[in-house]
Amino acid sequence: MDFAASLSLVAPEVLLSVSGLLLLLAAAWSGDKASRAISVIGVAVLTAAAFLVAPALCVGASGPDTLAFGGQMRADAFASFAKLLIYGTAGATLMISPSFFDRYGAMRAEYPVLILFAALGMGMMVSAGDLLTLYIGLELNSLAAYVLASFLRTDDRSAEAGLKYFVLGALASGILLFGMSLVYGFTGTTSFGGIHAALAGGMGTGALFGVVFVLAGLAFKISAVPFHMWTPDVYEGAPTPVTTFFATAPKVAALALTMRVALDAFGPQADAWQQIVIFAALASIVVGALGAIGQDNIKRLLAYSSINNVGFMLIGLAAATPHGASAMLVYLVIYVAMTLGGFVAVLMLKNADGDQVESIGDLAGLSQRRRMLSACIAMIMFSLAGIPPLFGFWGKFVVFQAAVEANLVALAAIGIAASVIGAFYYIKIVKIIYFDEPANKVTGKSDWAHQAILAVCALFISPLGYLLTVWLGNLATRAASALFVAA
Amino acid sequence: MDGPGGFPILSAMLAVPLLAAVACLLVDAKVARRVALGATLIDLALGISLWTHWNFGGEQWQYVERVPLFAGFNYALGIDGIALMLIVLSVFLMPICIGASWRSIEKRVGEYMAAFLLMETLMIGVFAAQDLFLFYIFFEAGLIPMYLIIGVWGGDNRIYAAYKFFLYTLLGSVLMLIAMLWMVNEAGTTDIPTLMAYDFDPGAQKWLWLAFFASFAVKMPMWPVHTWLPDAHVQAPTAGSIILAGVLLKMGGYGFIRFSLPMFPDASAQFMWLVFALSMVAVVYTSLVALVQHDMKKLIAYSSVAHMGIVTAGAFAFNVQGLEGSMIMMLSHGLVSGALFLSVGIIYDRLHTREIDRYGGLSINMPQYALFFMLFTMASIGLPGTSGFIAEFLSIAGIYQMSTWVAFVCTTGIILGAAYMLYLYRRVAFGEQKNADAAAMSDLDMRELALVVPLALAVLWMGVYPESFLKPMRQDIAALDARIAHAAPEGDSRLKVGEAKAAEPDDEHGGAH
Repeated sequence: MDFAASLSLVAPEVLLSVSGLLLLLAAAWSGDKASRAISVIGVAVLTAAAFLVAPALCVGASGPDTLAFGGQMRADAFASFAKLLIYGTAGATLMISPSFFDRYGAMRAEYPVLILFAALGMGMMVSAGDLLTLYIGLELNSLAAYVLASFLRTDDRSAEAGLKYFVLGALASGILLFGMSLVYGFTGTTSFGGIHAALAGGMGTGALFGVVFVLAGLAFKISAVPFHMWTPDVYEGAPTPVTTFFATAPKVAALALTMRVALDAFGPQADAWQQIVIFAALASIVVGALGAIGQDNIKRLLAYSSINNVGFMLIGLAAATPHGASAMLVYLVIYVAMTLGGFVAVLMLKNADGDQVESIGDLAGLSQRRRMLSACIAMIMFSLAGIPPLFGFWGKFVVFQAAVEANLVALAAIGIAASVIGAFYYIKIVKIIYFDEPANKVTGKSDWAHQAILAVCALFISPLGYLLTVWLGNLATRAASALFVAA
Repeated sequence: MDGPGGFPILSAMLAVPLLAAVACLLVDAKVARRVALGATLIDLALGISLWTHWNFGGEQWQYVERVPLFAGFNYALGIDGIALMLIVLSVFLMPICIGASWRSIEKRVGEYMAAFLLMETLMIGVFAAQDLFLFYIFFEAGLIPMYLIIGVWGGDNRIYAAYKFFLYTLLGSVLMLIAMLWMVNEAGTTDIPTLMAYDFDPGAQKWLWLAFFASFAVKMPMWPVHTWLPDAHVQAPTAGSIILAGVLLKMGGYGFIRFSLPMFPDASAQFMWLVFALSMVAVVYTSLVALVQHDMKKLIAYSSVAHMGIVTAGAFAFNVQGLEGSMIMMLSHGLVSGALFLSVGIIYDRLHTREIDRYGGLSINMPQYALFFMLFTMASIGLPGTSGFIAEFLSIAGIYQMSTWVAFVCTTGIILGAAYMLYLYRRVAFGEQKNADAAAMSDLDMRELALVVPLALAVLWMGVYPESFLKPMRQDIAALDARIAHAAPEGDSRLKVGEAKAAEPDDEHGGAH
């Protein structure tokens, strides 16, 4: 394949890097007062990039035509699906951020640029066809993320979050690199296709160690138990719009990457990693649910909730079938909508002075004053708990369906029984908002951008979402089959 | 086959309360009450037209609608006689619920009415769903409005009760979902009528049956997972109790009759004694517990558990009488317990206590009330002429054929039932007027009369001419009996069928008795 064809396949990445660099220059020249304009341009760039990647998903691109630069990058339907989600959430993050940072006088021009670079890195992660591309994408995303976590420089918690994220992230990268070197050593190649071919003929102990280390490093990135410890601290400390970003886009990227690595590169040895994934899934569900119960900070609670949700998605991965992969993608979309809605709702909780309210106790009786906001939060909570007819149920439904079809009935039964533990703290929030006497702490006005995004998310997870099941299912199936064609 | 003229009447019955629920959220209290009442009355009218246009002896599934709207499952509705009667019961009780909360609910009226109307949609959906997953969605979705109804408008200990209700029923149901996924994977269809005729491997049936049992037993509720019920009942507002006892508990019994028995006949036979044992414990133990209650609602709640014990025992007796008895018991209990909770609500609105000792001698100052309360008490005991008699007689007759001992134990429950109900009635309505405030209470007003009279008439109707209610179900119960007959265990009563007399000219009447 010639160079031009490769370049056209990675057009979204090219667009993002060039505009990121140009915007960085613009930021340096015009200073922080241009931050809003840069944000708007950033959203426009992400939208343009989304239009560039969408065709691959629509036609279900897969196979050798999608390989760029000799297989370093894969612009197939699967990557396109994940990228659309990533660009969408990155754009949403840019929309919700200004009003938050303005209040602290911390809206800087480099913020949108960092988000763009993070999105670029994540795009590379999901279309990686080689361990090296994977690592470059991962680090590009992580370096941007470390800075974003500590973006509120005057806030101790934010600085702490950035530092923790950096130290633990570096450790995880180290583990990942070590695993990659083992895999390279025992298979003799870094390309996913090559590893796939090498592992198809059997796997020795050395390669097994490599697989385990790679998966451990990735488990850190998706914050699956037992590599989840950083999540609550970072989510709590980081500025809320950044937390929104962390809980959505990098999760999508890391999960998609994990899927590609597990199902494609390590696909022939599914039996070897299946046990690890099953353990991580169940442990995440249980720890995520139990850990959330005692939390008083709503951001920490949502952090545990995201751990819990990752557990459910890993059940789809454990199935190791195209159906399981497609179920995971459906769950991812719904998870992103619920999480985005949840964090935007948190952003909208302000006291009379306009400061953020994060303590769960302060939400008491919220429903008496802010009916729409309360209804949205209640819907998100019930949806996260997986109660039909809300759309969150559909995510769990398809994932468990895939597990049952793959004959993992026991895993499905244990997983779903553990989901009841999670339901406890979700309905606790509803209880505080609806049943308790009003504390009247949350009285501040909210931004229109927040309201708009919350409304879209709420509409998506409402029962009306079921009308999208056919469409969503088709897209996810197309994306997932691209993953298996490549393998 | 749709209703007359192809009008999708079941969808309309789902849509009317749903739209009204949205409307209630947007308007003020006064209008919300009217909207709710109007919507429930429209649904009642639609429900009655379902019944009057029923094609007796026609197809098993009528008013069928099917649209492949979703991925993996269909929007499929359709009812048989069993579902028809339960839908009629639901739409009959709903206007009464709205009427019962007309004055007693003052805060957040719009949201309250919206929650109830949503409940109505979901209840009708449960009984009308012909798709396994559509059924599950309706079945589970009821948790949300019920959680809010108990938690927002309930009594002092409402939060504990709401949690308990939610988590208990959720835990029961999620395992059923896994079983459903497995079944669909195995049988390759989500269509309930097809699944009802599908023969699952007897080894797998055992697990599937247990998973479904976990859900239905909690919903029913059966001993020992009944403990959420007294709490939820006591803390819920009056209308919440009526709908909980009247219709929500029926979802468990409906589940046994629609899913457990026809889909897993072998496992049902295998676990028959488990059901019998739990039912017997429920009948005797909860009756005894009811006997010592000081709280009127709690007493009626425990009596519900006892009555549900007879429903489950009757359903698993593997004969027509038992099935008919358990269906009639569900309908009768829906009316009677609803009426009893309403009776409690009427005096609770006046004195704001459910403590039995705070009342006394009400027959002096509230003669009309005492009359109706007496009727419902007698119906609960099962006095001939009331619906309770038909229900108990048929169920016990059915149980007797399978096991004389179970019939014996269940019958003691009836005696105990008479004891606690009469004891309740004596303490509330008879005796001296020892409490001045209770003695000053006024008798029923027009609104309350309008609520209790239809219930009283329905109870008497079912007691005097049960054929109206049995007729639509006869064909479906016979089909169910035929479906499970091959697995039926041998009974110990060994009834000898006598010489048949000259065939009665009208086989419809009394044929199954």
